[in-house]
Amino acid sequence: MSDLVIAVEKLSREYRMGTDTVLALRELSLAIRRNEYVAIMGPSGSGKSTLMNLLGCLDTPSGGSYWLNGQEVSRLSDDALARVRNREIGFVFQTFNLLPRATALHNVELPLVYGGASARERRERAERALARVGLAHRMQHRPNELSGGQRQRVAIARALVNEPSLLLADEPTGNLDSTTSEEIMRVFAELHAQGQTIVVVTHEPSIAAHAERTVILRDGRLDSDTRNERVAA
Amino acid sequence: MSIFEAVRLALRTIVTQKLKSFFSLIGVLIGVTFLIAVVSIVQGMNKYMEDQFANRLIGLNTFTLSRFPMINTGNVTDDMWRSWMRRPRITYSDAQYVEDRLSIPAVTARFCSDRMVLEYEGKQAKDIQLIGTEPTYFDIKDIEIARGRVFSPLEVELGQPVLVIGSELAEKLLPGLEPLGKEIVIRGLPYRVIGVAAKRGTLFGLSLDKFAVMPFRAPARRYICPLNVLDELEVKVATPDLMLAAMGETEALMRTKRALRPTQPDNFDLQNASGALDGWRKISRVLFTALPGLVAISLVVGGIVIMNIMLMAVAERTREIGIRKALGARRRDILAQFVIESATLSTVGAALGIGTGIGLAYGVRALTPLPAAVAPWSILVAVALGVLVGMAAGVYPASRASKLDPIIALRAE
Repeated sequence: MSDLVIAVEKLSREYRMGTDTVLALRELSLAIRRNEYVAIMGPSGSGKSTLMNLLGCLDTPSGGSYWLNGQEVSRLSDDALARVRNREIGFVFQTFNLLPRATALHNVELPLVYGGASARERRERAERALARVGLAHRMQHRPNELSGGQRQRVAIARALVNEPSLLLADEPTGNLDSTTSEEIMRVFAELHAQGQTIVVVTHEPSIAAHAERTVILRDGRLDSDTRNERVAA
Repeated sequence: MSIFEAVRLALRTIVTQKLKSFFSLIGVLIGVTFLIAVVSIVQGMNKYMEDQFANRLIGLNTFTLSRFPMINTGNVTDDMWRSWMRRPRITYSDAQYVEDRLSIPAVTARFCSDRMVLEYEGKQAKDIQLIGTEPTYFDIKDIEIARGRVFSPLEVELGQPVLVIGSELAEKLLPGLEPLGKEIVIRGLPYRVIGVAAKRGTLFGLSLDKFAVMPFRAPARRYICPLNVLDELEVKVATPDLMLAAMGETEALMRTKRALRPTQPDNFDLQNASGALDGWRKISRVLFTALPGLVAISLVVGGIVIMNIMLMAVAERTREIGIRKALGARRRDILAQFVIESATLSTVGAALGIGTGIGLAYGVRALTPLPAAVAPWSILVAVALGVLVGMAAGVYPASRASKLDPIIALRAE
């Protein structure tokens, strides 16, 4: 098996807006190796959200191909993509996207529910994932009983619980103050140190600075792809 | 995701939104309440009609031979009535013929009755059913004697002026007095009270205790039926099967006695408890035929309400759907989640409806003489309907939910 977690070749995505066709992504190619920590940046309208949706298998490209962990996923059906999302991808969103009425534990169990794990196994794995992000004592709390940083850590636990090949974070600190942001970025750094492949989409250079590599998009194309000299702690 | 999981999720949603859930359930609730209550009340009425009405008025395993049916629960047309009035009356010789030849062991009682005025020391009791009959009558009608005794066959033979009276008549005519030995006057002739019947209660609010029974040949008989004629011959046998056999035999005997040709219809009537209920059965059948329609209407309305609530739920929870999809829920997972939620909602409504329906049935039982009993099958039907209505109502909203684009759904507020 290849060492590439993400291999994107000439990936395009067009949107039809009435009679106009908008090219959000123009034949973009990109490769991300296992255990890389990559930040994707770009001004709004640069196509970074589109790329994130494609990388996250939430959307299918208009052209080109995408191998995720060795599997060509650009032509899969909705249900097959759901399966890939469940197994291969852990999402961390800007707005956390936790189920408000469910406990932290239940939120973390959710991907396992769709993965078909038994109730006991789900509970054990969810507890372990929550402990991993330092929330073992908050398992029975609902999101509104948790601080922003704690919510995001629940979301990270949820993203990790299925041991995905890719952790995909979309502006993970966008709703957090700078202290909490640092705290979350430290969690990411730890995960990276443990071998997790991470892609962070952000427009904040200070967040991107935590990654080892920065990919900048402009007008749906790759603008630059640089290795960060000094990785922030 | 397992069904159990989905049901638990749905129940949690219902509990967190109690009031909204309740309103959305009300259609199913009413439909099911209606189903349970109507079934149990109609069945209660059936039971009441059979146990109380037919069996008490006619008697268990008993049939009556008469000129025309004495109890009519159905509609009697003028034509029927006129043809009945043309029939010959039942005579002593008819009765004798049947009594002598019936091969099935039976207890018989000749019977005549009419409304009369009874007097005691100037006090009058009007509209009292005066019955002339034989002592076997008390067995046949299962009338217990509280005090005193029943008259003997010899007293019947001699036409003694003695009376067994109902408890209400005793209270009315002889308040606070010892009834036994008192002389009640019927058309100027005194009758000695020798027995008082135990209280029998009411039927449709009418007292069953306002009667007086005298020997068939007592002098007042001439006021209640003409000489040589009787109103009914009551025949009681041991079992329902024997009753049917005895009825057939009696019919044959009467036809022979009256020399009816095969083409001629019977010019007499044989009625048993179940025959007396023919008319009622028609009414109850109509109720049971109309019931599904009425229940269906409220369930359709209830289903539409639930569908609306589910559409709202899908709209409100678009983001949740997006999250679930992002985490790997397939279309069918989302579909199942909302269909099960809808079915659970509706089943909870059905369960509440079963509760109120049972409550209503017991209320009717407590407040009326109807022995309304909840039919187990109606509960099963109610649960099944609840599940089905919920599933049907949930399919469209759930399918809308399952087709949501996760990207758009995740962006929803």
